[in-house]
Amino acid sequence: MNRRSFLTTTAIAATALSLGLGGAALAQEPLKVAFMYVGPVGDMGWSFQHDQGRQAVDAAYGGKVVTSYVENVPEGPDAERVLTQMALAGNKLIFATSFGYMDAVMNVAAKFPDVRFEHATGYKRADNVATYDARFYEGRAVIGTIAGRMTKTNKIGYIGSFPIPEVVQGINSAFIHARKVNPAVEMKVVWAYTWFDPAKEADAAAALIAEGVDVLMQHTDSTAPQAKAQEAGIYTFGQASDMSAFAPAPRISSIIDNWGPYYVARVGAMLDGSWASTGSWEGIGAGAVGIGEISSAVPAEVKAEAEALAAAIGAGTYHPFTGPLNKQDGSPWLAAGEVADDGALSGLNFFVEGITAQMPQ
Amino acid sequence: MGMGAGMMLGGIDLVALAAMLMVASTPILLAATGELIAEKAGVLNLGVEGMMIMGAIGGFAGAVLTGSPAVGFVAGAISGALMALLFGFLTQVLLSNQVATGLALTLFGLGLSALIGKGFEGVRPPATGKLDLGALGDLPVLGPILFRHDWVVYFSLGLVVAVWLFLHLSRSGLILRAVGENHEAAHALGYRVVAVRMGALAFGGALAGLGGAYLSLVRVPQWTEGMTTGAGWIALAIVVFGSWRVERVLLGAYLFGGVTVLQLRLQAAGYAIPVQLLSMAPYVITIVALVIISARHRHGAQAAPAALGRIFHASR
Repeated sequence: MNRRSFLTTTAIAATALSLGLGGAALAQEPLKVAFMYVGPVGDMGWSFQHDQGRQAVDAAYGGKVVTSYVENVPEGPDAERVLTQMALAGNKLIFATSFGYMDAVMNVAAKFPDVRFEHATGYKRADNVATYDARFYEGRAVIGTIAGRMTKTNKIGYIGSFPIPEVVQGINSAFIHARKVNPAVEMKVVWAYTWFDPAKEADAAAALIAEGVDVLMQHTDSTAPQAKAQEAGIYTFGQASDMSAFAPAPRISSIIDNWGPYYVARVGAMLDGSWASTGSWEGIGAGAVGIGEISSAVPAEVKAEAEALAAAIGAGTYHPFTGPLNKQDGSPWLAAGEVADDGALSGLNFFVEGITAQMPQ
Repeated sequence: MGMGAGMMLGGIDLVALAAMLMVASTPILLAATGELIAEKAGVLNLGVEGMMIMGAIGGFAGAVLTGSPAVGFVAGAISGALMALLFGFLTQVLLSNQVATGLALTLFGLGLSALIGKGFEGVRPPATGKLDLGALGDLPVLGPILFRHDWVVYFSLGLVVAVWLFLHLSRSGLILRAVGENHEAAHALGYRVVAVRMGALAFGGALAGLGGAYLSLVRVPQWTEGMTTGAGWIALAIVVFGSWRVERVLLGAYLFGGVTVLQLRLQAAGYAIPVQLLSMAPYVITIVALVIISARHRHGAQAAPAALGRIFHASR
């Protein structure tokens, strides 16, 4: 069901043209950096935020760096083709911004040892492949708290994209913190099996609303669920981007991905020669995850409670996955006071106790 | 939530489900019905996706700028028709290859709509009202399922009937089919092959555009770049699997929309059915059902209009 916009491949065509001049490369030639997006930059969500990060690089380095991007690249063989084109076009640093690009990145990186790759939300690294991610689950804890306080039907809906650790972390974190403030809370989960499909996301939202959900979260990239929620008069949270067009309601707060500082730092490392393969995983504390303005639809005490939680997470005094926590089947996961380590989180593939939805295996 | 007391089955409100099904199926039904007419006239237009997305942005822009959803739907239909006429000019007048031109039309539509749509991201369209059918809407069960929709849903169903009558009972329908089956014979009889095909294309484009506008004005409702995400291709597939018969196209569109909505509802209700199975169910069930129906009637394989996709030039 994916499609790609050939309009934007002109960006690649332009860089491919300049490849012909590569032989005459001068020492002062600007560093070429390419970005590959899974959706359109106009999704106003995930890919939009990555492109904001790209623009931050442009703004930070001016003429020293030339950035380009290709949007709507499906997670599959096309990704490998686009990455190869980018490497052939002379890009020295390539950001692949979706989990499903993982194997494509590893394959292409093996063929181009001189090109550095950065893969978002993945876990495979090589000498020329770094990974980076943001601790979205920290933001989910905050909006989970708000959701638990705001629901009247005690049913919270969650539109999942794919059952991968990043998404599972978010569902667990939101549920744990909603339950903490409202023990009667239930969570209904629908897997859309897509990152971006406005019609399907809208249908998923409608299905959850028909199920009695009055607070909706999403881990898909478009604002379609926001529009559906607005019709139904229920609450939502902006995902990846602030989605402030839907404030003060249905959007009552948001999780904002802020990639700019990381992109600027990594491109800077390329320019001064200090780039190394690392695995970056920053959260609220480092500013990689932001909590959008909590709107006037939320009572002041709930707002204060959410902000206090965000501050505690940011300061490192509280971890959203702190025991005692059991797995969905009732078996113990974390003992009282125990904190989940990053290794366990980055492979998280089960729900915590209390979630009734099933985990696709 | 406000859907009224419905019939419950296994925790799922069937009445609400049926109502959602009709909304989810309408864009595909409109586009597929339009494509059916074009293909019956012997033109294979693979640009349905491109015409739909142009209808989505054209309709959205029209509705936002004038504040009237009705104007929006007309603008969506016109946008789709203009795209189809561009295709018609290239394939019927300049005799370009229909497959290549259709694919190009899709890519062109996706790009152009993204460009036009830049200023419409995050904008809310005026709400499309439901038709007030008075007492009918208050009927138990049938009321919420059948009589509380917007006019486009009824229009699409009426269209299926009209297209069936047109193809089977009208003289112009016979001419259209003749052009699609054997354009040289139709030409020899004095029918204007190119004119008939341009008309069929424009009709098909208008319906694809209307389907796109329904997506951006009712089903989602907002403009997002690339928002059709393959609906046009589904419409094309339904025409083929429905062996070019409008009643089967209706069945295919409702089956596809229905299973799509049902699988999401089953997930929301927490049924222990593997999600991967649910997720592929709309495609599998629709294809299997339509193939079985076509196979049962034997002529399924030969149902394609004989001149489909072939270039016509009056010199032969």
